[in-house]
Formats: sequence, C-alpha cells, structure tokens
Amino acid sequence: MKDLFIIAGVLLIVLNLAAGLIYIERRLLALFQDRHGPNRVGPFGLLQVVADVIKIFFKEDWIPPFSDKAVFVIAPGILVATILLTFAVIPFSADFLVLDSNIGVLFFLGNSSLGVYSIVLGGWASNNKYSLLGSIRASAQMLTYEVFMGLSLVGVIMTADSFNLREIVEAQRGGWFIIPQFVGFVIFFIAGLAETHRTPFDIPEAEGELVAGYHSEYSGMKFGMFFVGEYMGVTLISTLITTLFFGGWLGPAFLPPIFWFFLKTAFFIFLFILVRAALPRPRYDQLMEAGWKILLPLVLLNILITGAILLMRQ
Amino acid sequence: MMVSILRSIWYTFLHAFRKRVTVGYPEKKPYLPPRYRGRIVLTRDPDGKERCVACNLCAAACPVDCIALQSAEDKDGRRYPEFFRINFSRCIFCGFCEEACPTYAIQLVPDFEMGEYDRQNMVYEKEHLLIDGEGKYHGYNFYNVAGVDMGVKDPGTGENEEPPVDIRRLIH
Repeated sequence: MKDLFIIAGVLLIVLNLAAGLIYIERRLLALFQDRHGPNRVGPFGLLQVVADVIKIFFKEDWIPPFSDKAVFVIAPGILVATILLTFAVIPFSADFLVLDSNIGVLFFLGNSSLGVYSIVLGGWASNNKYSLLGSIRASAQMLTYEVFMGLSLVGVIMTADSFNLREIVEAQRGGWFIIPQFVGFVIFFIAGLAETHRTPFDIPEAEGELVAGYHSEYSGMKFGMFFVGEYMGVTLISTLITTLFFGGWLGPAFLPPIFWFFLKTAFFIFLFILVRAALPRPRYDQLMEAGWKILLPLVLLNILITGAILLMRQ
Repeated sequence: MMVSILRSIWYTFLHAFRKRVTVGYPEKKPYLPPRYRGRIVLTRDPDGKERCVACNLCAAACPVDCIALQSAEDKDGRRYPEFFRINFSRCIFCGFCEEACPTYAIQLVPDFEMGEYDRQNMVYEKEHLLIDGEGKYHGYNFYNVAGVDMGVKDPGTGENEEPPVDIRRLIH
C-alpha cells in the first residue's frame, strides 16, 4: 500500500512540476530579458498553466494523412514513458523512492537511450523532410552525448562503488561528489542539456532552420507530450545532478531531507533556464566537434585520474 | 571560449535585477507626450464656433482616405462641414491631416484607447469628433488672420493686417 502511495506521489510531483515548469520557465526567461512574463491569469499569472493545459486539450488532434499513423501516435508516448520510468529509481529521500534498484544508474542510461526512439520515430512517421532532418540530427546528437553522459558518471560510480542511486547518495555523507568529480559534473550537465535537447543544444528542433524539427507535424496533446516530456527531462537531469553530485537529500537537519532534495533540484532547473536565456545555438558540426574532440578526451582523462587516485588510496 | 560562455551566463543572470522594460499597461498608464499622435478631434475657435471650414485639404492629404466630409454654408456664408466622418479602422495616425489643416481645426491628441468590439463603431461621425475646447492651439481664430469678412472682424482690424487702401485715392 505504501508503495502505491509513493508511486502516486512521484507521478503527481513530476507531472505537476512539468506542467508548472512551463509557467516557471516563461516567468524566468522574462526575468532575464527585462520583461514581466505571463502575469495576467490569476495571482502572479499562476493560472496560466491551467489555461495552457485546457487549451492544449481542446486543440484539434490532427494526424496528417500522409503520416505513418500508428508510429506517429506511439512516438510521443515513448518519450514520456521512458522519462517517467526513470523517475522510479530517483531517491527523493532515504525512504521516498519507488525502486531501490542496484542498477539505478544503468536503468537511467538505458531509458534515456530508448528516449531517442521517440524522436527518431516521431520525425520519421511525420513523413516530412524537416521532421526527418530534425530527427536525424537528434539521433546523432543524442547518441554522441549518450557516450559522455555514461562516461562522466563512471567517476562517481567508481568513487561510490555502487550503481545504486541511494547508495551513491549515502556515499556522499563525507562530502559531495561535486568536489572530486567536478569535470564529471560539468560534462554531465552539458550532456544533460544535449539529451533533453534544450537550448543551446536544441538543434533537432532549430526553429530557424527546421520549422520545429521532429515535432513539426504534431499538434494538440501529442505535441503536448513532447513539450511536457522536455520539461520532465529537465527535471530528471536536475534530480540526477542533485543525486549524483550534490548529495541528494543530504543537508543540515533543520529541514526535512526531501526539502533539501527539491531545493537543490530547483536550483539546477533554474540553471537550465538561465543557460537557455543566455546562450545561442551552436552549429551542428560545432556541436559534434565539441563532443568528440573535447568532451570525450576530457571525460576519459577524468576516469583515468579518478581510477589512479582510488588505486593509490587502497 | 569557456570563459566567454560563463561570462554571458553571468551577465544574463544580472539582468534579473534590472528595471523592467515592459509597462504593466492597464494598471500603469504610460506617459504620452503632448505631441503624441492619437485620436483625432475637431476643435472650436475661442468664440465657440467650429474651426473647420470644410476645405477638404485633410481628406486630400490623408494617405489612406479615411476622412470624408461634405461642405455647407451657413446664413452668413461661413463654410462648415455638413458631415465629417473618420474611419478609424483605416486611420494610420500619420498626422498629415493635422499638418494640412489651415485653421487648426483637426488635431491629433494623446489618446490611443479606442478599442471597439464592433468594427462599425470605429467610424466616428462629427458629433464624436467635435470637442468643446480649442485643443492644442489656444486663442487662434482663423477669421482673425484671414482676409475674409465672416462677421468676426471688420476689414483691416485683424492681426498683422493694415487698414484697407482706398483704391480711388491713388488713381486720381
């Protein structure tokens, strides 16, 4: 029974947060751009979220006649499903987690690899050249950054000696992994931006070149799934950064552990939005070059040095 | 490269503490300078009579043809517009009509809140346009400076006007 409550709680938090992030992002972007943002609907414009959701539900759910219909319908679901599944292994606090899995990190990496299918299939099923170009870019980008994302976590896994996210947090009682694994953190953050294809790595949807990339043909709630999926991805990467590098729920005892977890997560969501407000989109070849020529050697070096230090300590 | 990226992120963050550029409009009204080109009005001269002499210059100057009027004469022979109609759904608030007007009758005033639910309501008739005051130009009466006698002044008593010359005296 308790498990069901936790599952419902996690779903409730994640889905509401994803919807709320649409409002929060618009307000924060406005803040960084000397504007006010949506402040008309309800107090501080908070009901904007409700208005947006109602609107998107009542939009015509159009499936293009030239599309591959079954795949077209399934694609957005895959994205949301893979991200929601990953939240199962996130330890919000020591006893507030769905699945205390000993392969937590691998589960996350596997799911984020599956997430690529959603975008590739979505672009392919749209039967539209821009969508296809977007999904080709997305697959190349996500496969590239998948590599560093996995490798950047190897340092953490070696130090904590576990794939279990709860145990990784417990291993940080002596000190957060951000200090010994700073390079790993930076690369994970960049890879996380690329994985969720947020600006500046939003070249799969690059609206100036590709209309809207892989979701050009989507409308209504199917587009909403992609949209919410992106925000859930942001939340997911933020929770993972918190868990892996910033001591998860650990913090001074005067506040409950789960509060510390959400505080840290909120900070990284804020950072995601700040980066979006600040940075322009790189060219596609620049993105690939930075990935393979700079980040890959760096992350391998990080693994090498971490391993050497761990061996010396033994 | 890394430094410039971090610097631009930091500068963007600092923008959070800047003054907002957006004005929260319906609650905070923006300041409109006196020469703001907004709603068009027809003004009256200091005696309270219509300034407009229905010369049609404003309608001719209007680049979008939004002004329509019909001239008429009262019992003194003074011209006035029988109807004066401005279609504000066409008007581009360029102010050419104000510049063309020889009598300061037509004026643009600092007001832009003219929204309507019905397009037909955007057409203003003379009764909507005509105001009781003199608008931006006080104390100006066209017939005081013009040479025509329209019951406002006797010949030769206007501003910057010399008494009429007796033509016959010069001849003989």
